[in-house]
Amino acid sequence: MLRGQYKLAFIGLAVGLPVILVLAAGLGAYYIPPWNIPWILWHRAEEDGYRVLAYIRFPRVVLAAIVGASLATSGACLQGLFRNPLADPQLVGVTGGGALGAALWLMFVSSPVLGSWGLPLAAFASSAAVVFLVWIIAQRTNANGMVTILMAGIAINSIAFAIIGLLTTLADNEKLRSFTFWQMGSCGYATWPLTFWTLGLSTLGIAVLLRAGSSLNALALGTTEAFNLGIAPNRIKRQIIFGCALSVGASVAASGGIGFVGLVVPHLIRISVGADHRWLLPMSALGGATLLVLADLGARTIAMPVELPVGVITALVGGPCFVWLLIRSHKETAYA
Amino acid sequence: MLKATNLHYAVGEKVVLEDFSLSITAGRFIAMVGPNGAGKSTALRLLGGELHPDRGAVTLDGESIDTLSPAQLARKRACFQQNPSVDYPFTVREIATLGRQPHRQGLYESNQDHAVVQGAMTDAGILHLEHRLQTTLSGGEATRAHLARVLAQEPRLLLLDEPTNHLDIRYQQEILQVCKQRTQEGCAVIAVLHDLNLAARFADHLILMHDGRIAAQGTPESVLTPSFIRTVYGLESVVWKHPSGCPWVVPLFDPSERDTNNNDETIAMPRAVAH
Repeated sequence: MLRGQYKLAFIGLAVGLPVILVLAAGLGAYYIPPWNIPWILWHRAEEDGYRVLAYIRFPRVVLAAIVGASLATSGACLQGLFRNPLADPQLVGVTGGGALGAALWLMFVSSPVLGSWGLPLAAFASSAAVVFLVWIIAQRTNANGMVTILMAGIAINSIAFAIIGLLTTLADNEKLRSFTFWQMGSCGYATWPLTFWTLGLSTLGIAVLLRAGSSLNALALGTTEAFNLGIAPNRIKRQIIFGCALSVGASVAASGGIGFVGLVVPHLIRISVGADHRWLLPMSALGGATLLVLADLGARTIAMPVELPVGVITALVGGPCFVWLLIRSHKETAYA
Repeated sequence: MLKATNLHYAVGEKVVLEDFSLSITAGRFIAMVGPNGAGKSTALRLLGGELHPDRGAVTLDGESIDTLSPAQLARKRACFQQNPSVDYPFTVREIATLGRQPHRQGLYESNQDHAVVQGAMTDAGILHLEHRLQTTLSGGEATRAHLARVLAQEPRLLLLDEPTNHLDIRYQQEILQVCKQRTQEGCAVIAVLHDLNLAARFADHLILMHDGRIAAQGTPESVLTPSFIRTVYGLESVVWKHPSGCPWVVPLFDPSERDTNNNDETIAMPRAVAH
């Protein structure tokens, strides 16, 4: 792919995201014309409109954006690291760990001591612990193998979900319902403090991941060739696992398990623009942010006033589009 | 430049390489030949620093390669491995550009880097396919794309594992000629080759490997003799002369005589060779 093409697509995404953010902030049960938004914010005009924007909509769209960016960037990195187009953040145990923490909290603790912070804290702590466990197992079995970490991740994930299954059989209806909703993902928990914490941790994680772009290009040739090109595979592995744990861990804690974004966004960009990770990673961040802001917009507007789980939207709309793109690109490039 | 002394390498109980010593200086072209499983590729991977010998040492410019970081190594030597492939839809130009990774200043390539890549793609005869995705290339085209990457690395030591795999007879000659040219610019080349005649044409020193050991080494004329070929490959042959003067090995193998080949003493001269 030509360099110009990468630049053009990148600029398109970078300009599109803020526009979509403002647009999504305006739309919803309380409609605010998007072109009025800058004016309302600047003058703090329209009492109600300003409140809705400042306290409800903006924390929510910003949260959706950062969660989407985390998932897509992590997905792109893990696909590159494992040289497997099916890899997504679930594989290293982040999602399973987060869900386990959330289930344990909702069903056993649920104490009001920590207020609304209990659930995200439990999810984040448990996802970090699970990733660490996966990492330790992978290190013990084979220091250099990429496959072992993948398999350790799958094993630990299934154990986590088995425990969750056990917990759900013990739970009463109300707890079960709140856990099921949490698990399908939603950006509706957003408040400024939650959004800021997620923004901080995820941005840090994404920053770590973005630095891996050039090494991931070499890794696409395989571990051996990457070494021959001067890359230390183990270092890059650590860097990526850490970045994913931080960014996706924070995202899962704030918004539950949102699938699909991490898998699909990197593929869309590879198919339509190119595979150079130095461009792919930042573009995945922007693309993932855009996609999730739009999906969240759909989740809260399609069946107003009822809110749908955003994970359902991403899968329902994204799935068919993805299949179509795959079929088309397979004809053209024999890729995937 | 590169010096290996008494390398020993085993996988579990199986000794893959024993007492392997080699030394190469700038401007030389060494070819390693020998039957499948003789330890050629293992030797090459030990020389490249990817594997570590159980015993023995490899030094590059007087420094042990274990003390060099992957990045330092990559600025000095480049390795071409068998059946190279890349996941994801990278273009030929992007693959070749990967060779600049160890030299690049900053995140993106400079104009000078791009010029080197351009030259490497021209040398590898792949420039006309620069925007094609690797997934759409034939085996030989993919080999050349990855050779362009190795050449773009501008190594002072070039380690090639069967670089002529999948190449048609013209590109076999051209690619080895490009490597030969690099030796005139001060590069040292060590190549594992299966084709004895290609090895004889382009290398100035041959190492004949057999069962993890060096069976013979020296000039092509001294190594490629019917008796060495018989001991190592178990194959009868005659050695003729290529018009350029280098030896030309013609195997004498008649499929109908296959059963008698078990016994070295009684190999019949195949009838088909007469003309």
